[in-house]
Amino acid sequence: MGHYEAPIREPIIIGDKNYHDISVDVAAPIEGKANKLWYIAFTISLLAFLWGVGAIIYTIGTGIGVWGLNNKINWAWDITNFVWWIGIGHAGTLISAVLLLFRQKWRMGINRSAEAMTIFAVFQAGLFPLIHMGRIWDGFYVLPIPNQLGSLWVNFNSPLLWDVFAISTYLSVSLVFWWTGLLPDFAMIRDRATKPFQKKIYSLVSFGWSGRAKDWQRFEEVSLVLAGLATPLVLSVHTIVSFDFATSVIPGWHSTVYPPYFVAGAVFSGFAMVQTLLLIMRKVSNLESYITRVHIENMNKVILVTGGIVAVAYLSEFFVGWYTGSSYEDFVYLSVGAATGPYWWAFWALIICNGVIPQLLWIKKIRTNYIWTFIIAIFINIGMWFERFDIIVINLSRGHLPSTWTQFSPTFVDIGIFLGTLGFFFVLFLLYARTFPVIAQAEVKSILKSSGNNYKRERDNPSAVKQEKKQSKKEVKKSKPSIGADQEAKTNTLLESLGTFDIKTQQPDDLKKVKGIGPVMEKTLNQIGIYSFNQVSKMTKNEYDLLDSITGSFPGRAQRDDWAGQANKLKS
Amino acid sequence: MSSQVIHALYDDDDVLLKAVKDVREAHHHIEEVFTPFPVHGLEKAMGIAPTRMAITGFMFGLTGLGFAFWFLNYIMIQDWPQNIGGKPSFSFAENMPAFVPILFEMTVFFSAHLMVITFYMRSKIWPFRKAENPDPRTTDDKFLMEVAVDGNEKEIKSLLERTGAIEITLKEKH
Repeated sequence: MGHYEAPIREPIIIGDKNYHDISVDVAAPIEGKANKLWYIAFTISLLAFLWGVGAIIYTIGTGIGVWGLNNKINWAWDITNFVWWIGIGHAGTLISAVLLLFRQKWRMGINRSAEAMTIFAVFQAGLFPLIHMGRIWDGFYVLPIPNQLGSLWVNFNSPLLWDVFAISTYLSVSLVFWWTGLLPDFAMIRDRATKPFQKKIYSLVSFGWSGRAKDWQRFEEVSLVLAGLATPLVLSVHTIVSFDFATSVIPGWHSTVYPPYFVAGAVFSGFAMVQTLLLIMRKVSNLESYITRVHIENMNKVILVTGGIVAVAYLSEFFVGWYTGSSYEDFVYLSVGAATGPYWWAFWALIICNGVIPQLLWIKKIRTNYIWTFIIAIFINIGMWFERFDIIVINLSRGHLPSTWTQFSPTFVDIGIFLGTLGFFFVLFLLYARTFPVIAQAEVKSILKSSGNNYKRERDNPSAVKQEKKQSKKEVKKSKPSIGADQEAKTNTLLESLGTFDIKTQQPDDLKKVKGIGPVMEKTLNQIGIYSFNQVSKMTKNEYDLLDSITGSFPGRAQRDDWAGQANKLKS
Repeated sequence: MSSQVIHALYDDDDVLLKAVKDVREAHHHIEEVFTPFPVHGLEKAMGIAPTRMAITGFMFGLTGLGFAFWFLNYIMIQDWPQNIGGKPSFSFAENMPAFVPILFEMTVFFSAHLMVITFYMRSKIWPFRKAENPDPRTTDDKFLMEVAVDGNEKEIKSLLERTGAIEITLKEKH
């Protein structure tokens, strides 16, 4: 069969799922109600976001002077945050595009959320260049549009302008890639929806996706080409961000290693943020079957590789700074001067968080442990913020003229804007987690037979599974409704409370319309004597229990899916 | 053409794939197959021609690249040549290296967006469009084959039953 996968590969969908189970699990957070924890997290994020909005309005109304910038340090938290967020926004595309090109199946459990994270992070990143321009109403100057100000064109030789093009292309292409992948999953939610408003919304966002064979063929090819385009794109974005520094003549910035080093750093921080979010999400949204230890370990391996690249870059910068013997190089962000100077704490925060702590992931016990992974990911998030802070602030704090040497202290506005973007990011992500299919369920279904735990077990060890099946069949047989007087008595009590149905005079309903009733269950119900929505709608806890004891299959399922409520709606 | 179709529902992709092959072997016309996820090999079994989406993507990319060449030359060289930081922009060839990032971004931008728009247009998917899958379960876990009927309803039905369909219904074509 075409579903073969080497037995040595660990299953990436566990919990013995079938196709329908995947739909149910992915739709559950959307169809269910949010718990208290979600509301608490959302409120905190919203408050932080609002504080950030206030800080931004204050900045725009008064001017950049409200930030802690000074004569020498003329870029600080604004660009630190910008680079930090844009770096985080690299993991999503890396997972969905690069891993697609490499045919890595484990990407499918996590690509949707990683891409969502990417898009939301790029939103935050985009804010900073806009507000740090000062006069945001003149922001259209960065676009090459014909205007009345003489022939005032943009400067296409400038990396800052390349940034405008790279980031807007990256954001829009990621968004389109993401949404195209979402269409079949929105369609699944749409076709399951029972509330009219939900149905309308998901019909709208699924663009009328029907799942024809031709549509799927195009879908797959478009995804592949988009992945091919997005791969160099994602590398170009952070390369260009690094050009903002590398093409200048400031010691510590003017460095040819910046592009690869920045890209590796971006992937490093992006994966750390994916770990941070998904480790929480898999618990809160009950996705443990789809985001497994394998996923976490694989991501940790990527972190280890990119973290290694970053560490080597630190060492080489440090060595070259020392080896040049230039007195200016003695104050750059990776130098003895920085390690012992007034910014020693920022220097060591960088080295410990990014260089030392991630090395723990070499130990298999740690990289397969959820809690350790989470802690290390948080350290990396902090460390990568410090990396950008060090590059910008430490390098600017020590110039060619010792009388200009200074330090930076953020004002409450700087802090407010940063916390505001964190809040905005989590507001978006929390809303996403409750309204979007957070797992690319169509893709996951397509690998279920090759990488699902139950299918793998059956393929790799057929005799054991056969025996298992025989046993369960026997058990089912034992509890078939026709056997035993006890069952018959139960059936009679059940029909008494639900009312009988005369198959000769009345038209039976299609019970399969009720979510949770499949063709087999319908047959069983018919055997018992249940044919109409009217009968099902009368079911209560008592009847559910009776039914479970008669059929012996899916205990509690009927109640969980609320058959009675559904049937009540279908009745009319 | 007939005005009736048979909808056969399957609950397994491998059974469906086999059924598609059998139905085509018996020379019946498969109008459409609706699946909840991409079933690999289905388009081959159905005899669907390869898609040309990648080719359109390539052409749109070339368009973007050409457009970028044109506007960079117009803006930086023709309309207002300037000497920026001691690097005069009087010749496109000499200034080209600085334009590479923009040339690349525009290629990707055009290729990605126009290809996706082409995909949406060809597959007729856009906001406010009504879904056309005949059974809501085909986005969940069922696979539906639509076979054209031309007075041979019984024959097709028995064939479909043999292929392992779990539900077979006769429908008016709309």
